[in-house]
Amino acid sequence: MKTGTNMLKYVKYILIYFLLILFIIPFYLMLINSFKTTQQFVDNPFSLPSINKVGFDNYFSAFDKMNFSIAFGNSITITTIGVFFVILTSSMAAYFLVRHKWKINKIIFAILVASMIVPFQAVMIPLVSIYGRLDLMNSKWALIFMYMGFGQGFAIFIFHGFIKNIPLEMEESALIDGCNKLQSFFNIVLPLLKPVIMTVLILDVLWIWNDYLLPSLVLLSPSERTLPLSTYSFFNTYSVDYAPLMAGIVLTIIPVLVAYLFSQKYIIKGVVQGAIK
Amino acid sequence: MDRSKRLINKIGSFVIFMGPSLIAFSCVLLIPFLYGFYLTFTDYSPISITYDLVGLSNYKEVFSDKEFWGQFFKTLRYVFYSTVFCNLLAFILAYLLTSNIRGRNFLRGGFFTPNLIGGIVLGYIWKFIFANVVTQLGSITGYEALTTSFLTHPERAIVAMIIVTVWQYAGYLMLIYIAGFVGIPKDIQEASEIDGATGITKLVRITIPLMVPSFIICLFIMISRGFMTYDLNLALTNGQPYGSTRLLSMHIYQKAFQANEYGIGQAEAIVLFVTVAIAAVSQVLLTKRFEVEA
Repeated sequence: MKTGTNMLKYVKYILIYFLLILFIIPFYLMLINSFKTTQQFVDNPFSLPSINKVGFDNYFSAFDKMNFSIAFGNSITITTIGVFFVILTSSMAAYFLVRHKWKINKIIFAILVASMIVPFQAVMIPLVSIYGRLDLMNSKWALIFMYMGFGQGFAIFIFHGFIKNIPLEMEESALIDGCNKLQSFFNIVLPLLKPVIMTVLILDVLWIWNDYLLPSLVLLSPSERTLPLSTYSFFNTYSVDYAPLMAGIVLTIIPVLVAYLFSQKYIIKGVVQGAIK
Repeated sequence: MDRSKRLINKIGSFVIFMGPSLIAFSCVLLIPFLYGFYLTFTDYSPISITYDLVGLSNYKEVFSDKEFWGQFFKTLRYVFYSTVFCNLLAFILAYLLTSNIRGRNFLRGGFFTPNLIGGIVLGYIWKFIFANVVTQLGSITGYEALTTSFLTHPERAIVAMIIVTVWQYAGYLMLIYIAGFVGIPKDIQEASEIDGATGITKLVRITIPLMVPSFIICLFIMISRGFMTYDLNLALTNGQPYGSTRLLSMHIYQKAFQANEYGIGQAEAIVLFVTVAIAAVSQVLLTKRFEVEA
C-alpha cells in the first residue's frame, strides 16, 4: 500500500513537471535562438548558442527596427493613463449606482452589465466609421478614451459588487462632519476599495498592454504604435531574417515577465477574482 | 424652493459621479452598437460619399453566403475542440496542483505565463515552433508526418490553432478550477472519505458535481474567447493556407476593411454577437439550474 501511494506520487510529479516543461519550452527556444544567426537557427534550433559569436547583435537590430523605445513609451502611456481613467470614472459611477437606488440607475447598471457580452467585433466597424468621419483617429488620446469606454462595464460590475457590502455608517458620520459627497467618496470609500482596485488594475493592464485589434484600427502612423503593433509590422517587414525577430519577441516579453516576477501573487489573485465574480 | 434645490443637487451629483463614465461608455460602446444595427440596413462604404438604405438585403446576402457559413462552422469546430481540450487539460492541472504536491505556487505561476502575453506575440512564437522546431524534430526522429510544417497544410493548420489556443488558456482556466477545488468545504470531503469514497469515486461523485459552477465559467470563457479570436489567428496563420484557417473575426475584419463592405461586415458581426450572446445567456441559465447546494 505504502509503495503504491509512493509510486503514484512519483507519477504525479513526473507528469506535472513534464507538462510544465512543455509549457515553458517555447519561451526557452525563443531565448536561445535569439543569440544565434538565422542560419544557425535553421540548422539546429535546439543547440545552445556559441559564446561570443552573435552576442546581443540581434537585440540591437531588433531594438532599432522595431522603434522599441518609442513603442514601449506609447504602450506605457496608453496603458497607465487608460487604466487610471477607467478606475477613477468607473469606481465613482459604481459608488453612485449603489448609493442611489433610483429607477434610472438600475436601468443604467443593467445596460452596463449587459454590455460585457458585446464582442469588440460587433462595434469595431461603426466605431471606425464614426470616428473616422469625425477625424478623431490616429491619436493616443482617442484610443485612451475608447479604452475608458470599453472598460466601464466590467469595472463597474466589479466595484458595484464590492461597494454594496460597505456599510453606510462611516459615510453618514463624514457627512455630518461637513464632508460633501465627493470628499466622502475620496476620503472614505476609495481607500476601502484597494483590493478590488488591484483586481481591476491587473486585468485592465493585461488587456490594454496586449491589445492589438483596437489600436491597429486607431493608431495609423508609425510614431504612435504600441508594442503589439510594432511587433506586427516588424514581422511583416523583415519576415526572412529570423534571428532579430526572435530577439524582438524576447524584448517584448521581458518587461511583462519582470513585472510578473514581482507581482505574481497579486496578478494570480486578481485574475481569479475577476473570473469568478 | 427647497425641493427644486434638492433636485438640482441630485442632478449635480449625478453629473459629477456618472457623467464621465456614461459619456465614455455611450460614445464608444452604446452609440456605435446601435449605429451598427443601422449600418446593416445600408450599403455604406468608406470609399463613396453617399449611401442608401437597402432594407434586409445585407442579411439576405450573409445568410446565403456559403463562404461565410463555411467559416462560421470552421470557427465553431475550432471553438469546440479548443474548449474541450483546454478544459480537460486545465482540470487535470488543477487536480494535480491541489493534491499534496511541493512547489505549487511555482508550478501555478509557470502554467499561467502564456496568459500574460498577447496573441500577436504568442502567434509568432508558435509560428517558429511549427515551421522550424517541429519540422526539425520530424527529421531527427524520422517521423514523416512532422517534417512538413503544420502551417502549410489546410487541415493541420487549424489543429495548430487549436494547440496554441489550448496552451494559451489552460493556465487561466486552471486558476479557476483551482479556486473551485479549494472552495469545496472540508467537512464534505471528510464525510465522503469516512463513507469510503476515495480516488475516482470521490472525484466523480463529490468533487465534479460541486464544481459545476467552475465548469460553466470556464466553458463560457473559452466559447466567447474562441469566437472572438483574432490576434492569434493573424500572427500564426493569417488565414492561410488558402483561407483554410480564416476564423470569423478575421473574415469580418477583411469584409469591412479590405473589401470595404461595411454593411455586410456589420451584419456578420451581428451574427457573431448573437452567437456569443446565446452562449452567455445559456451560461447564466445553466448556472442557476445546476448549482448544487453545498
